[in-house]
Amino acid sequence: MKILEMIRINQIHKSYITGQNSLHVLKGIDLQINAGEMISIMGASGSGKSTLLNILGILDTYDSGEYILDGLLINKLSERKAAQLRNRMLGFVFQSFNLVSFKNAMENVALPLYYQNIPRKKRNIVAMEYLDRMGLKDWAHHLPNELSGGQKQRVAIARALIGKPKVILADEPTGALDSTTSMEVMDILQEVNASGITVIIVTHEHDIALRTKKTIRITDGNITEVVEN
Amino acid sequence: MFELDKWQEIYSTVRKNKLRTFLTGFSVAWGIFMLILLLGSGSGLENGVKEQFKGGATNGVWISSGQTSIKYKGLKTGREIRFTNEDFKSVKTSVDGYDRISARLFLGNRLISFKKEYGSFFLSPCHPDYGFIKELEMTRGRFINNIDISEFRKVAVIGEKVKSTLFKGADSVPMGKYINISGVLFKVVGVFRDFSRNDDEQKRVYIPISTAQRVFKGENVINQISFTTGQASAEEADLMIRKSKSVLAKMHTFDIDDNRAINVWNKNEEVRKFRALFAGIRLFIWIIGLGTIIAGVVGVSNIMMIVVKERTKEIGIRKSLGATPWSIVALIMQEAIVITSFAGYIGLVLGVGLLELISKKMPPTEFFRNPEADFSVAVAATVLLILAGAVAGLFPAIKAARVNPVVALRDE
Repeated sequence: MKILEMIRINQIHKSYITGQNSLHVLKGIDLQINAGEMISIMGASGSGKSTLLNILGILDTYDSGEYILDGLLINKLSERKAAQLRNRMLGFVFQSFNLVSFKNAMENVALPLYYQNIPRKKRNIVAMEYLDRMGLKDWAHHLPNELSGGQKQRVAIARALIGKPKVILADEPTGALDSTTSMEVMDILQEVNASGITVIIVTHEHDIALRTKKTIRITDGNITEVVEN
Repeated sequence: MFELDKWQEIYSTVRKNKLRTFLTGFSVAWGIFMLILLLGSGSGLENGVKEQFKGGATNGVWISSGQTSIKYKGLKTGREIRFTNEDFKSVKTSVDGYDRISARLFLGNRLISFKKEYGSFFLSPCHPDYGFIKELEMTRGRFINNIDISEFRKVAVIGEKVKSTLFKGADSVPMGKYINISGVLFKVVGVFRDFSRNDDEQKRVYIPISTAQRVFKGENVINQISFTTGQASAEEADLMIRKSKSVLAKMHTFDIDDNRAINVWNKNEEVRKFRALFAGIRLFIWIIGLGTIIAGVVGVSNIMMIVVKERTKEIGIRKSLGATPWSIVALIMQEAIVITSFAGYIGLVLGVGLLELISKKMPPTEFFRNPEADFSVAVAATVLLILAGAVAGLFPAIKAARVNPVVALRDE
């Protein structure tokens, strides 16, 4: 079986200009991630790992270099195109869950399908399937603030998966959870990965990183270490 | 842009933020409410004044004789001008374009009686056309006709008030009965109703002018010539008046510009003056109303700005899930339009409701009656509301579309 390349970045540079100062955050990153891989990115705060994740998620732009996602060069896209790519290709999982507070679990999960112009009824049916898969069928009509941290993150994962993405980008997915719940969430992400979806997790916890197949360490804007777990 | 799904999206946002929505809508509802009330009051005022103009064609012209005030061809001032039947005939033949024409004789109030009932009523001799010039409604019988004039018939057409005063009980049917006018018997041939608000206009008795000249004056004198100008424009009507003036000035040798030798009352001109006045008032009301609505729109815009700020995170989430900038603009704009339209509609309904109530419960006064907001106003208000909503939503929507998801989603 041929191994497909999902993500390739060549010599990515990114600086933030604040007033007179220019902050060089990414200093020529090279990275290649194959389809179906599960990797973790580790690094101290300010190391540039979040910036890298934002660039991978097409939420942020880069100054120079190349980013190729599933064979497509991601550079200077219109906001509209970027939004469509995020919708079709990527799924996000955040530390603070980022659920829409006034929408119930089912509506939150269904939201990506809204931007695919799928009719409401069908959206909700699909959302229920994904919630069921996360064991949250009975919580479908609860608002986020009625759910526990672990439940919220499972809703968020269901939402990330509903658009059938090729890559899941998780930014500190267990950062706000206790260790038992963290492991449950990691079990789910491993299952997701087992289904063939590429999973990239940013974390600063070793035991979380150990549950991925490869760990990339970033220090001061450069990749300093790649470890197979 | 307006598919059902978007509506449900807006509905769910609005439903979950009731207070915010209420506050947003209130200022707009208030603005429209005030606009409708103001416009209604304006129309009430206009209707009141229009009522004053009732009773008599709006295109009527009345020319009365007076005294000269300008020396002319060696003749001194203060000369009394007395119209005669010849004047009437000359005006009739030389003026083109009039619709109805009649002369009148002023005989003042006369004691008029029937059997034991009597009263003092204004006796008004005229030609058959005067019924049209005054726009009288015949409730019984007929008005004066040409045969009455040519045969000097002693017939009378009496007002409703005259009828109710003189004809009571068993004699309540006046037709064919003879009334005594200053000692002369006249046969009642018709009863009329005058739409004028002036009660005195109902207390008149019209008789043929030829009979009156022979019976009460003994000479062929008239006091007033009146005509209607038909479909003539204001300029054409002025031309007719000018022509009549010149005919009369020539007959009686007075300066055509002597406004006291003859006195012209052009009702059309008065009506036009009032129309211009009310057009001005309406414009003024719209300006005030629009000002109020603009204040409301600024309020909505302000609140929507805060809403966008409040929803920055949500917008960031939506963008990360694939919301295009346009879909965010549409989301905010539509919410603003829906809120302003809905709230404005409530204001509209309340305003119209209050006007209806006033119009039903408040007795009409001399200068105020039937305040109303007509259909065109409602349509204009609706269009205004949608525009207002779009304007109110525009800047917040642009702001929302510019939300940077990286910043919005950053954990504090």
